Formats: sequence, C-alpha cells, structure tokens
Amino acid sequence: MIKVDTDKCLRCGGCVGVCPVSALELTEHGIKCSGRCTSCKSCVNFCPVGALSIKDD
Amino acid sequence: MIDMLSNLPDEVDVLVVGMGPGGSGAAKRCAELGLRVIGVEKRAEIGAPKRCGEAISRHGMTERIGIEPKGPWIVQEVHGAIVYAPNGTSIKVDYDGPEGWVVERKVFDKHLASLAAEAGARVIAKTEASGFRRENGRVKVTLKSGNESKEVTSKIIIAADGVESKVAREMGINTFNKLPDICAGVQYEMAGIKHTGNMIEFFFGNDTAPGGYIWIFPKGRGVANVGIGIRKPWAKKTALEYLDDFVQSRPELKDASIIEVNSGGVPVGGFLTDAVDDNLIVVGDAAHHVNPIHGGGIPEAYMAGRLAAETASEALKARDFSKGFLKRYDKAWNDQRGTRLKKILKLREVIETMSDDDLNWLAEYLKGDDLVEFSRGGSGLVKLGKILMKKPRLIKLARKLL
Ligand SMILES: Cc1cc2nc3c(=O)[nH]c(=O)nc-3n(C[C@H](O)[C@H](O)[C@H](O)COP(=O)(O)OP(=O)(O)OC[C@H]3O[C@@H](n4cnc5c(N)ncnc54)[C@H](O)[C@@H]3O)c2cc1C
Ligand code: SF4
Ligand code: SF4
Repeated sequence: MIKVDTDKCLRCGGCVGVCPVSALELTEHGIKCSGRCTSCKSCVNFCPVGALSIKDD
Repeated sequence: MIDMLSNLPDEVDVLVVGMGPGGSGAAKRCAELGLRVIGVEKRAEIGAPKRCGEAISRHGMTERIGIEPKGPWIVQEVHGAIVYAPNGTSIKVDYDGPEGWVVERKVFDKHLASLAAEAGARVIAKTEASGFRRENGRVKVTLKSGNESKEVTSKIIIAADGVESKVAREMGINTFNKLPDICAGVQYEMAGIKHTGNMIEFFFGNDTAPGGYIWIFPKGRGVANVGIGIRKPWAKKTALEYLDDFVQSRPELKDASIIEVNSGGVPVGGFLTDAVDDNLIVVGDAAHHVNPIHGGGIPEAYMAGRLAAETASEALKARDFSKGFLKRYDKAWNDQRGTRLKKILKLREVIETMSDDDLNWLAEYLKGDDLVEFSRGGSGLVKLGKILMKKPRLIKLARKLL
C-alpha cells in the first residue's frame, strides 16, 4: 500500500495515470489507494512533488 | 443547490466524461451535429486548478481549436522563443507579430465549455461519472453530484477524463503510462519578475531538467509560469527539487513571488493507436494525444474531441456503436494528426539519448527555424540526421533519422 502526504499532494491526478493496476483514484478528498496496490512504486517514483511513499505493514 | 441531476434526460446519444479542452471540443461538435449530448466534469470549477503552462501556438489556436484569439482569456501575445542549451548557448526564434499566446486556462477552459453549452450541449460541473456497464448495446453510467445520483444510458461514451484515464480502463482499454512515457510536471506562477517580455523560454540539460525541460512563459505585468517537466529513469530527484534549484539559480526569479503552485503528468510516450472500443471513444490526455517534444496537449485534445464527435454522429446514423465501426476515429486521427506526432516522437527519442556535450555541440549548428520545424514534425528529421552525421559517435543515431 502507499501513503499520501496530504500536506505535499497537489491533487493533480498524475499518479493515477501511472498505476498499472488502477489502484489509485483522485477523489474530492485527495488520492485514495485500494487494496489492489502491489507496491510497485511506479507512483512513488513519478509524483512531481514527492508526496507518495510505500507504507510498510 | 438545485438538483441538477434530476433535470437531466435518462437517455442521451453521447455522454462526454471530463470537460477539459477535449471534452468541450467533443461536446460542442456533438451538439452542432444535432446529437443529444451531456458533458460532465467532476471538479467544482471547470479549468481549476490548472495543470498547465498555458501556451498555445497560432496553428494550434486557429486550426486545431479553431477559434479567434480574442477575449479575456488571452493574457500575453508570444512573439518568439529562446531555447537554451545546457551550457547556456541560446537559439532565438523571432517573429514580427504574435505566433502564439499564453492564456488564462481557468477562463479559457470555461469559455470552451460555454461554447459547447451555447451550441446545445448540457454541461454539468461537480458531477462525476462512474460504474460504466454495457447493456443491450448501450452503456449505463452512474452520475454523482454531492449526495445526488442518477443513472443515465448513453449510446456512446467519449472519455475525455485526462491523464487519470479511468473511463477507458473501466471499459476495457489499458491506458496507463510507463514511467519513461510520462513527464512529471510542476510549476510556479510567479509575480514581481522584472522583465517578462513577449518571448517564451526553454532550458535544456541533464542536470537542469533530465528527460524534459524548464519553461518560462510570460503572462504580462511581471507574471510568468515557471515550470518543469522531467522523466524517470533520467531524473534523480523530484520535479519540484529540480525546479527549486533552477529558481534559486536565476537572479530574476530568486526573489520573485509565488502566486500559484501546480503539478501534473504529461503523457508524452505516443498516442494510443487503439483509442476505441464498443460504445467508447477516448480523446486528449486520456489517449496520450500530446506533442511528444514540447508536451502541448490543449489543441490536440480539442481536435481529437471534434473528430470523436464526428465519428459518433456517423455511428448514430448507421446505428452501429461497435469497435469495428468506431475504428474510423483512429484512422481520422492518424491521418490528420497522428502521422505528424509519430515523426515528432521519433525525433525526441533521438534527442533524449544525447549527452549535454552533444546538445551543446548541436546547438552550434541549429537556427531558430530548425527548432520550429522540429516541434512541428516537418522537414526537421532529415536536417537533424545530416548534422549528426558530422560527429562519428552520433552516426548511429543519425541513421535512425535518415
Ligand atoms: C505542468 C503542465 C504544463 C502543461 N503546459 C501546457 C502548455 O503550455 N500548453 C499546452 O497546450 N498543454 C500543456 N499541458 C498539457 C495540457 O494541460 C493537457 O494536454 C490538456 O489539458 C489535455 O486536455 P484534456 O481535455 O484531454 O484533459 P484535462 O484538461 O485534464 O481534462 C480532463 C477533465 O476530466 C475530469 N474528470 C476526470 N475523471 C472524471 C470523471 N470520472 N467524471 C467527470 N469528470 C472527470 C477532470 O477533473 C478534468 O477536468 C501541460 C500539462 C502539464 C501537466
Ligand atoms: S502525483 Fe503526487 S501531487 Fe499529483 S495527485 Fe498524485 S500524489 Fe498528489
Ligand atoms: S505502488 Fe504501484 S500498484 Fe501501488 S498504487 Fe502505486 S503504482 Fe499502483
């Protein structure tokens, strides 16, 4: 799963477009990640402002 | 708030999802062709927040979008460009009059949506489309606005939902971007800059903006969009970190004010060659309809929207909404725009493998007109190939172009 730093995120939706398994969604309340996430890090590497990281659980 | 959804018809010919330039181009043309069309936008304000440098060329404005560059959304005429090689060598493109414009996208996107509404399309902001189901040759969609929701049945869906591109994915086309195929962009709109002028500026270099470039697009009165697009695997830090380094290094920007911050993804990896499925046409960023050299996508999206509407109209006449029939949209895009964009992509693929030293060397041989040719996909390929042949190390690259 990924973690969104809501203080950094600008809600641009770019990360949604790089997720190979469609796990991300841009909602009114910001980026939401579903259980489908495979922790591939594509979105983490993409985010222009560094708002995403992998949550270890 | 009035219940906007209950006033909508239960059935339409075309549902346009997303009201950026692509959606507005599609909705307007559908309405002009007499189709019953709704355009929904999930954001509360069409065009805001912007995810854009806001520059549009003359050809893009007057041909592909097809409107007169007049109105409150024009903030700056563009009379030329200055392109900087990594070592600071500059190449200038100068025109006597405006060859492009910087627009205020919040005003511009709303203007495009109003033109669609004026033509007869029903446009609704703060309404999200989801849950696409094909049933009896039609598509059922759930529209949600706040606590209200409504089912609408449409013959055709035009997916103009931008870089997120969830509609196409829900309906069967995988539109996701691999990392080298998407620019990570971030931008400051800055004020209090001493000289903004009427030239747009581009800065290249593997330390400055790996896999992309930095831009300064003037907006008049000391205001400018200062932004960056970079790509992995070339980039070693975030786009924001590269942009901050640049701003700090420029005396004219270092002490200027930041009045807006934006980010976004630009799908520069080449357009989808299969942008249709049963009952579905994909346009704009959702279908990666972007110029792969400079990343401009406003005119491309608008034009794709128009072509999608024309195909939808033909499909309604033929009562055939199958992928096989809608394929003519792919062909129209390819004939009218795609072939050009493919050439531009090829050129970029060559340039992106060059080192800073190679780029500095190349800058000595290029004139402004060559750069214009490159960005338009004109005769630039052969010209660049011939220059690269001069340097033994680059001959292999040159062969790709010749
Ligand atoms: C940093 C940056 C700088 C850029 N600079 C320039 C430039 O200077 N010039 C240029 O020409 N291009 C530029 N571009 C590219 C340009 O912004 C895009 O190509 C253009 O906006 C694409 O238009 P579109 O209609 O396809 O998508 P968008 O403009 O992204 O519109 C898509 C809309 O769909 C909505 N949506 C998504 N899902 C749903 C749903 N389920 N229901 C309802 N609505 C939905 C979104 O909210 C959005 O408003 C830039 C891009 C970036 C990121
Ligand atoms: S790419 Fe980054 S800034 Fe943009 S929505 Fe995703 S997390 Fe937020
Ligand atoms: S880590 Fe990979 S799978 Fe998980 S949300 Fe990000 S892109 Fe999607």
